[in-house]
Amino acid sequence: MLWLDGLMQGVLLGGLYAQYALGMALMFGVMRIVNLTHGDLVVLLALIAISLSAQLGVGPWTVLVLLVPLAAAMGWVLQRSVLNRVVGEDPLPSLIATFGLSVALQNAMLQIWSADTRSLPGGGIEQISWQVGPLFVGVLPVIVLGAALVLTAGLAWLMARTRFGRALRASAADVEAAAMVGTNPRTVYALATALAVAILGFAAVFQGLRSTVAPADGAAQLIFAFEAVIIGGMGSVWGAFWGAMVLGISQSIGYRIDPGFGTLAGHIVFLIVLALRPQGIFGRK
Amino acid sequence: MTSILSTHGLTAFYGDFQALFGIDFHIAPGETVALIGANGAGKSTFLRAIMGLTPVAPDMIRLDGAPIGGRAPHRIVASGVAIVPEGRRLFADMTVEENLRVALDNLRGRRMVWTLERIYTLFPILREKRHQPVQRLSGGQQQMVSIGRALLNQPRLMLCDEISLGLAPRVIREIYAVIPEIAAAGTAMILVEQDITLAREASSRLYCMLEGRVTLTGRSSEITREAIAAAYFGGSDAVA
Ligand SMILES: Nc1ncnc2c1ncn2[C@@H]1O[C@H](COP(=O)(O)OP(=O)(O)O)[C@@H](O)[C@H]1O
Ligand SMILES: [Mg+2]
Repeated sequence: MLWLDGLMQGVLLGGLYAQYALGMALMFGVMRIVNLTHGDLVVLLALIAISLSAQLGVGPWTVLVLLVPLAAAMGWVLQRSVLNRVVGEDPLPSLIATFGLSVALQNAMLQIWSADTRSLPGGGIEQISWQVGPLFVGVLPVIVLGAALVLTAGLAWLMARTRFGRALRASAADVEAAAMVGTNPRTVYALATALAVAILGFAAVFQGLRSTVAPADGAAQLIFAFEAVIIGGMGSVWGAFWGAMVLGISQSIGYRIDPGFGTLAGHIVFLIVLALRPQGIFGRK
Repeated sequence: MTSILSTHGLTAFYGDFQALFGIDFHIAPGETVALIGANGAGKSTFLRAIMGLTPVAPDMIRLDGAPIGGRAPHRIVASGVAIVPEGRRLFADMTVEENLRVALDNLRGRRMVWTLERIYTLFPILREKRHQPVQRLSGGQQQMVSIGRALLNQPRLMLCDEISLGLAPRVIREIYAVIPEIAAAGTAMILVEQDITLAREASSRLYCMLEGRVTLTGRSSEITREAIAAAYFGGSDAVA
């Protein structure tokens, strides 16, 4: 029963990680950029959500509706002002730029919000759970998992079926050829990052509701997103989702083996996948 | 008649390496011009410069008389120039029709002369394979997709970079058979070729390049094989 509970909690945790990982998979898949500010953006958005909730006196769902467009705008500006200048064959410039930006963001957040740990008040939803047989299932984690499924399916649909998705895939396959066929890569990139950060808006609200956030927390979120994307297979949307599931379950089972072992168990599974199947579980060579 | 496109002392560099040394070139609306030259002569670089893929000064390239040198590729496409690039450059993992649609997606309301239907009529095999990933197609079929994709950009001027390269003679004939129909639609074409016979037959004028310079130009029907050989290899002591 302990293991069944661990598995279920892992799946639910994976729902949150999937929301971290989708945007990273999208940005890596389309631009070959590993955005090191990914985790800091989650934290920043969560802190903004908490401040919005306090200032306006509104509940988490209203905050979500306000936050997602704001996140999209932030992504757009990030791409236009910084990332479009450093994107290219060579991954180093974008790594250096986003590393610097990550440090700057953390410092700015410390200035504005101090190092205190905060969370987003959910009006009680974070405490409700259903009893299923002998297991207790939190309502919030189920909502998070449902949101992750909808976001993943929506992104996969967008990539496969829409005009914008075609532009994304064409730019991912050969950006110069896409430009030669009339696509403006800078616009496509800006929209891709806007979308990636918009998804982080969901992740930020759920992170704030489920647990706490503080300005220095971004690194862990970045690592979890990164591990999920690698486990699933770089750049694939459903790969990121399943990678997040594997990571969530590994951590949750590990935690039940020993409370200090949870995060480490995730790292170990990540390393095993990297060693045995570097292209990821769902990736092709 | 004024040129649809002209270049004026066009130079191009890859870092410190100079690939083009002042190319003067012009093509009239609807005209088909061949550009021949040995490997490394600078033909692809010339086309890439026109497409805005290498940095050049604005005045070096004029479209309808207006300077366009160094404009972003997508804006060049929007002003009516399309390219069938060297090596085809199809979008891997996408189907034939998706590859074609990317061009249509970027039209933004420009007048449509070429439709998917018309491309499938031009190359019936593509209709059959429209839902297959492009990497499952033969080389010739992939070249058809690349040509179709360029046509769907609705070009007034189409640049073709060695569309015969690596294809069997029968397939080359099949592909070159559509050139007259494209010309009949009023599209001007620059055909880059290494196959001199093919280039002469398909064009009204030709330019020959050698080591980044134009070494010969004239009417395709009037230039002698000897003159071409000399311009192609440099000097009259031609070595193949
Ligand atoms: N990306 C590049 N970087 C450096 N040099 C290049 C590059 N592309 C082409 N060149 C050089 O520029 C010259 C012209 O090349 P290219 O335009 O491809 O010739 P062609 O198409 O006539 O075979 C050659 O000497 C080639 O080696
Ligand atoms: Mg070439």
